[in-house]
Amino acid sequence: MNGPAGAGPAERPVVEVRDLSVRMIATKTPIVSGVSFDVAERQTMGLVGESGSGKSTVAVALLGFARRGLEICGGSVRVGDVDVLQLSGDKLRDARGRLVSYVPQDPAAGLNPAHRIGGQLREAFSVHENLDKRELEDQLAELMRAVNLPSTKQFLRSYPHQLSGGQQQRVVIAIAFACRPRLIVLDEPTTGLDVTTQRYILEKINEMAADYGASAVYVSHDLPAVAQVASKTAVMYAGRIVEVASTAKLFGEPRHPYSAGLLKAAPSADETNRLVGIEGRPPRPGHWPSGCSYAPRCPRAQDDCRAEEPLLGPIEGDSLVRCLHPIPLESGAGLALTAAPRPEPLEGTAVQVSELIAGYGSKEILHDVAFGVPRGECTAIVGESGSGKTTLARCLVGLHSNWKGQITLNGQPLRKGAREREHEQLRRMQYIFQNPFGSLNPTMTVIENVEEPLRHFERLSPRDRRRKALDILDTVHLGKDFADILPSSISGGERQRVAVARALVVEPEVLVCDEITSALDVSVQALLIEQLRDLQLQRSLTMVFITHNLAVVRSIAQNAIVLQTGAIVEAGPTERVLDDPQHPYTRQLLEDLPRMEPSGQAAAVG
Amino acid sequence: MEAASISGADAQLKGPALGGRLGRIVAQALRTWRGKVGLGLTLFVVAVAFLGPVLGGTGPLDLKGAPFEAPGHATGALGGDALGRSVLARVLHGGWHLMLIALAATVLAVVVGTAAGVVAAYRGGRVDSLIMRSVDVLLGVPQLVFVLMMLSVIGAKTWLVIVSVGLTQAPQVARVLRAAAQDVSERDYVKAVAAWGVPPRTVIRRHVVPSLLSPLMVESALRLSFSIILVAGLAFLGLGVHPPGADWGVMINENRVGIAANSWGVLAPSILLAALAVGTNMFSDAIARAGLSSARTGDPSLELFAVSATGAGEVVPLQEVPE
Repeated sequence: MNGPAGAGPAERPVVEVRDLSVRMIATKTPIVSGVSFDVAERQTMGLVGESGSGKSTVAVALLGFARRGLEICGGSVRVGDVDVLQLSGDKLRDARGRLVSYVPQDPAAGLNPAHRIGGQLREAFSVHENLDKRELEDQLAELMRAVNLPSTKQFLRSYPHQLSGGQQQRVVIAIAFACRPRLIVLDEPTTGLDVTTQRYILEKINEMAADYGASAVYVSHDLPAVAQVASKTAVMYAGRIVEVASTAKLFGEPRHPYSAGLLKAAPSADETNRLVGIEGRPPRPGHWPSGCSYAPRCPRAQDDCRAEEPLLGPIEGDSLVRCLHPIPLESGAGLALTAAPRPEPLEGTAVQVSELIAGYGSKEILHDVAFGVPRGECTAIVGESGSGKTTLARCLVGLHSNWKGQITLNGQPLRKGAREREHEQLRRMQYIFQNPFGSLNPTMTVIENVEEPLRHFERLSPRDRRRKALDILDTVHLGKDFADILPSSISGGERQRVAVARALVVEPEVLVCDEITSALDVSVQALLIEQLRDLQLQRSLTMVFITHNLAVVRSIAQNAIVLQTGAIVEAGPTERVLDDPQHPYTRQLLEDLPRMEPSGQAAAVG
Repeated sequence: MEAASISGADAQLKGPALGGRLGRIVAQALRTWRGKVGLGLTLFVVAVAFLGPVLGGTGPLDLKGAPFEAPGHATGALGGDALGRSVLARVLHGGWHLMLIALAATVLAVVVGTAAGVVAAYRGGRVDSLIMRSVDVLLGVPQLVFVLMMLSVIGAKTWLVIVSVGLTQAPQVARVLRAAAQDVSERDYVKAVAAWGVPPRTVIRRHVVPSLLSPLMVESALRLSFSIILVAGLAFLGLGVHPPGADWGVMINENRVGIAANSWGVLAPSILLAALAVGTNMFSDAIARAGLSSARTGDPSLELFAVSATGAGEVVPLQEVPE
């Protein structure tokens, strides 16, 4: 099988999805409309889309399931000789697991916390097959070997909470493969796992799909992960598939403007480029525009795009594209990027941390951490979950006061808690939270949220205060229209911009950003990162940028500090740290980081 | 360009400004039958109590006919009471006093309870332990017994009824509000304000309490119905309005001997009290559900505390939201 985009014409694909549609029961609003694709035997197809694109709805529809309030209203999902959507009752239940199985995003949700691992694995066999005890144990041992977990009694007697996230996910994958299904649906199975575990799971999925003769649909918003695992990729936008192509083609030469937009928005771990986000936001169900649903945001849109709804049709080179004016082949226009500018270096150190030891109760999280943040530059602190990076950020801004050591701002030592610090020190260093949905007061309008720090730090008349807040909203490209609405009516990316505005309104010198892009889609992340870059240049801001994402580090930071279990293992200019890593941990991180180029392995399997 | 993104198809996303938040919760509650019936019953009883003295006409103290006279004679549509006074006139005159007392007691309970609960939640640690253990002790004392004790020691005074009924309700309010406020205190927007070094008093006043609107409304309605029953109970026991004054609680007591002759003397005030209690309960339940469903539709300004109307800080699990 060398033509991964479409299995050879002679061979009938194992999985054939035709015109799959899902709608809301109450309002009949379409959520997913006319989704069709094929997956060949032993092939992994990536299904890519941003939040709200309907990709998870498609994923569960492949099992004949729709979430509460939704119904599958048309189409077919043929797996082997069976149309899953025609089944009901016992037959459908039997098909789930034996014919089609599912791996959820959160492994903890896939396992029952009250039962031992062994019992849950055995149940997966016994529900569908009549095996005697010996056969069952043999198959169980074989399966555990395949996912690289011990099949010892002791291990099988453990409860889910006693395993790490990666181990849990492997158990869930083992359960999914237990009955040798023809199709496995993986719904963002590596989100929330660290890169090393992620890489391992991605390799395991392909290996097992090949060994067990299964086809797989890998649903994700994470483009590099899809490039790694899938030989064929479908891109979803507003409930429809907009492009299907072999992964190599899609990532190398996307034809649909939205696919190209996603790729240009994703930061690269190898080059420091200006990212190009996608302005606007995807249409919500019930508000799909007439004509092409991407037209309102599309740089290539013409008048006919708004009038006529394009169909998903073949285009030269085996791809299917839903676009009236696809990007021409070999135009080079698709993915051209420009190098990002660097800030002018300033004198001195803005924040100096030395001998910092911090913890919760008697548990020590940070062990003797010391570093300096050069003025006017962006310093990234990189670490995986549990490395103590958020605790470090909270020590800096005074939200965590259980620490020893010294933190200075412009040479002045800082007290531990925010309440003990001087007014001026508090103003100079501002903190932006990770989650845009929790960091704005939902009972206050956008402008009231932005005015809130002004009330505390400056004495201004209500008119001046409002004017100042409006100015800063303008700086983050949020117009007057946004001022008097509640944060709940705006999107995550817009909320995060309001949070940036709220931090900037008191004119700080240092901005501490804690994973501020991790809850956002790539197209929105790109907009925010570019905005921060511009602000940094205009205002000579010093930034401390906390993240787990090395590609983001490459894109915005001039300095990088690598944190592992509460200790700094490597620090230096970003180019040095990422191009010539000295510490084995940094090397490991870089090596395991999924790259946008499709891996040889995925192509071989496809 | 961003400004453009909110126009057109997305225009309906524009939320009303803050002032409408209370209105939005109520409007959403009123879309359910529970909310409509609840508010309808409540308003009906309130109307009887406050419009009654104006429309009621004849005096509630006048002796009009025979004791326990059947309806339709000299004593009016609901017949006569134990002394031959008009049941209808006494019902119309006997509600407002009781309701004002209950309302005052509820305000006291909600103010004291909220202050205690929110401070306990935000400060945490020793302050929290001290307040909540006191609440536990107070919850252990039966309400009616406590009120009766206060009234029998100090005397049956109106202010004392208000204070003692209010104070016995406050611990329940503190419980529920602490649970909700704990959740709010952990939110990033409260932490963000704390990171500016804003004093706790200001954080609580400006950021924590306004976020508790929905549980506050639910608790207020619930406490109001409890207060009304308690105050009516006290009047029944002779510790409220003194005879011959008209009062629903007093009427039930006076007329229970003649329940066979003219049951309206007991039934009319009982039905009104029951309707009020059921009405406020249903309405508060509708409010709680409105908070819940707005959480489902992704409006976090209402979502915070889908605290159930059954009280005790129980939080109703949210259903999964379709994408």
